[in-house]
Amino acid sequence: MNTLQGYPVGLIGNFDLYAPKLVDREEYFSPGHRACQGCGEALAVRLMCKALGKDTVIINATGCMEVVSSLYPTTAWKLPWIHVAFPNAAAVGSGVEAGLKALRRKGRIPDRDVKAVAMGGDGGTLDIGIQALSGAMERGHDLLYVCFDNEAYMNTGIQRSSATPFGASTTTAPPGAVSMGNKTWKKNLPEIMVAHNIPYVATACNSYPLDFINKVQKARSIKGPSYIHCLSVCPTGWRSPSETCIKMGRLAVETGVFPLYEVENGKYNMTVSMPETLRPIEDYIKHQGRFRHLSPEQIRIFQDRTNLEYKKLLDKIEHSRSWDEISAE
Amino acid sequence: MGERKGMEIALAAAEAVALCKPDVIAAYPITPNTHIPEHLSDIVAEGRLDAEFICVESEHSALSACMGASGAGARAFTATSSQGLLYMAEVMPIASSMRLPIVMALGNRSLSGPLSIWNDHSDIMSQRDTGWISLFAANGQEVIDMMIQAFKIAEDRNVMLPINVNLDGFQLTHVVEVMDFPLQEEVDDFLPIYQPYASLHPDHPCSMGALGLPEIYAEATKAREAAMVNSKETILKVWDEWERHFGRRYDPVQSYKIEGAEIAMLTMGSMSDTAEVAIDALRAQGVPIGLLKLMLWRPFPYDELKKAVKGVKSLIVMDRCVSFGGPGGPVASEIRSALYNEPRRPDITNYIFGLGGRDVAVEDFIKMIDKVRFADKKTSKEHYEFYGVRGE
Repeated sequence: MNTLQGYPVGLIGNFDLYAPKLVDREEYFSPGHRACQGCGEALAVRLMCKALGKDTVIINATGCMEVVSSLYPTTAWKLPWIHVAFPNAAAVGSGVEAGLKALRRKGRIPDRDVKAVAMGGDGGTLDIGIQALSGAMERGHDLLYVCFDNEAYMNTGIQRSSATPFGASTTTAPPGAVSMGNKTWKKNLPEIMVAHNIPYVATACNSYPLDFINKVQKARSIKGPSYIHCLSVCPTGWRSPSETCIKMGRLAVETGVFPLYEVENGKYNMTVSMPETLRPIEDYIKHQGRFRHLSPEQIRIFQDRTNLEYKKLLDKIEHSRSWDEISAE
Repeated sequence: MGERKGMEIALAAAEAVALCKPDVIAAYPITPNTHIPEHLSDIVAEGRLDAEFICVESEHSALSACMGASGAGARAFTATSSQGLLYMAEVMPIASSMRLPIVMALGNRSLSGPLSIWNDHSDIMSQRDTGWISLFAANGQEVIDMMIQAFKIAEDRNVMLPINVNLDGFQLTHVVEVMDFPLQEEVDDFLPIYQPYASLHPDHPCSMGALGLPEIYAEATKAREAAMVNSKETILKVWDEWERHFGRRYDPVQSYKIEGAEIAMLTMGSMSDTAEVAIDALRAQGVPIGLLKLMLWRPFPYDELKKAVKGVKSLIVMDRCVSFGGPGGPVASEIRSALYNEPRRPDITNYIFGLGGRDVAVEDFIKMIDKVRFADKKTSKEHYEFYGVRGE
C-alpha cells in the first residue's frame, strides 16, 4: 500500500529503513524558525516541501506556520512564498495559479510546471477560510490545498475551532460546572472537499511521514484541485509532552479517531493499514491535558461516535467506486 | 488618434482596461460596477483579450486573487462598489503594504443601510486610509483615460502601489457618452508590459507578506507613506505624458473659470460636469465664481490646492459623504486641514448632498452658492450643512 516515487513496498525488504533516503535532502522549510518544541505542524510542513520540490509556490494563510517562519527580516522559506491574510489562502492561491498560467502562456516566465500550493491551519481552513477554499476547489484551479489541523486556534491561544474534537478543553470552550468543554463533533472537511468532486482528497498525519509524502506527491502530479487534511500534533495546545508528538499522531490513527485515507476520483482507500480491532480512545486521550476533565460517560460518548464515524468510513471504502469504473458500466 | 464612439461608460471602462492587456481579472458581481467585469468577460470570451478571468465567490477573494496574481508578476484588475469594497477592506491595506500595483475600478455607491444601490462617495471614503492611490473621474472620457493611466502610475518602480479609479455609480457607470477610444498601438506605446520588481517564481524565490514586530512596523508604515507622497511626482509625469500622447490634460486640481474668481466651488466626480453648467450661468450674471475639480484624492495634492485657491475669498466644498458626529464631509475636513496654516485662506462652507443617489441639478448648485453669497457672516456659524434633505 505504501509507495514512494513509484517503488512498491513489496519489492524491498525493510522499506521503511530505506525509504527516507529517497526523500529530497534539500530543506525548503529551513531550520531556525520559531515553532514550539515538538511541533507536529512544522515537521509536516518540512516534509510537504520536500515532497513538492523546487518548482512550487507556497501560499500561506495567517497562523502558526506563517508567524513562526516569516519574522521580518528573516524567512524560513527557500520556496517562493506569499502570505496575505487569515481567510484567503485559497483565493490568493487561485490568483497565483491564474497569474502563472497566464504568464506562461504569454511566454513571460519559463515554460514549465510550477505548482501553487496553499496552506492554512484548521481555523484558516475549516472556519474563516472555508468560503475561499470552496470557491477555489469548485473553480478547478490547478491548486493543492493542505490544511495543517492542530484542532484549535493555537496561534492566538488555543481557542475552539470547528475542527476541535469532542470534549476538548479550549480557552473559549472550557470545562466548568455546567460545561464539558467542546460539545460538538469535529467538522468533516475532507468529506466536504469530496463533495466538490475534486480528483484527489486525502487525510494525513505528521506521524506517518512516508504516507504524507506519497499523498503530497500524488496531489502534486494531478492537474486540477486537490486537498490534503493533515492532522498536526500540537503539544502546546493539546497539553501533551512535546516528546510524545509522533506517538500522539500514531495513537490518533490507531484508535480510529483520525484514520488515514485517500479519495481518488471518488474511490475511498485506507492508506495506512488499521488494526483489526481499534485501540480504545482512552489510549489516545489520556496523554492529553485537553481531555483530562472528561467523565467516563463523556468518554463513552466519544468512543461510540468514533466507532460510528470509523464504520461510516469503512463503508465508503468498501462500496465506493472510482468515477471511471462507474461511467464504464 | 483614436476612435470616437458612443458607449455606456462602464463598457468603455472595460474596453479601456482591455487595451491595457491585464493578465488576470477577478471580480464579484455588485451593482453598479458590474457591467465593467461583465463586459471584460465578453472581451475575454471573444478572444480579444488573453487573460484569466476568475469568477470568484466574493469581493474578499477578488482582491485576494488579484494580490496572488500580482505577486506572481501578472497585471491584475478588479472592480467593485460599496459593500463589495467593504468586504475587501481586510485586504485593502495589505495590498498597498505589499506594494502590489493592482488597478481597481470603483463604481461609487452609498453604504447600507438602508440598503441603497445608488451613488455617493461613502464607500471610497471608508477606505481612504488604506494606502491606495485614488483618482476621481468626472465623465466617461476621464474614466477611459484614468483606467489606462492607472496601470502606468501603479506599476512605476517609484510608485508600486494599488490604485482605485472612482466613477460614480449610475451617474457615470450607466450613462452613454461619446468618447475617444485610444487605439491599441497607442496604448501599447504608452503602457509597456509590466515588469515586476519581485515575483513568485522558483527561479528567484522570495518571501512576500512578512510578520513585522514593533521594531519594524512603524518603519514599514513610514516607507509606505513616503511612497504614497512621492507617487504624486510620477502621477504628474504620467499625466504630462498622457497629454503628449493623447492631447488631453489632467491636473490634480483642475480649475474651470477660476480667473478672477472670489468664490470657488470644489467638487469631485460626476457632479463636476453639472457644476460647470451652474458656474456658466452665474458667470453670465457677472458673479465672480469658478470651479475646482479634485481629480486626485490620494495622495492629496496640497500644493496644487493652495495654489488654486489663491485670491479666493469663499470656498464651497461639496461632499457626497458624511463623517458621523465628526467635522462634516471628509473632503471639506481635508481641505480645512490643508489650508489651516495659510496666512490668507478662504472662508470654507461645506455642503453634504447627493447622498444615496439623490439627484443634484444645476439649480441646486446655484441655490447652494447663493446661500453662501448672501449669508450674513456674523450669524452664519454652521460648520457644515445637509442640502436638500427633509426634516430637522
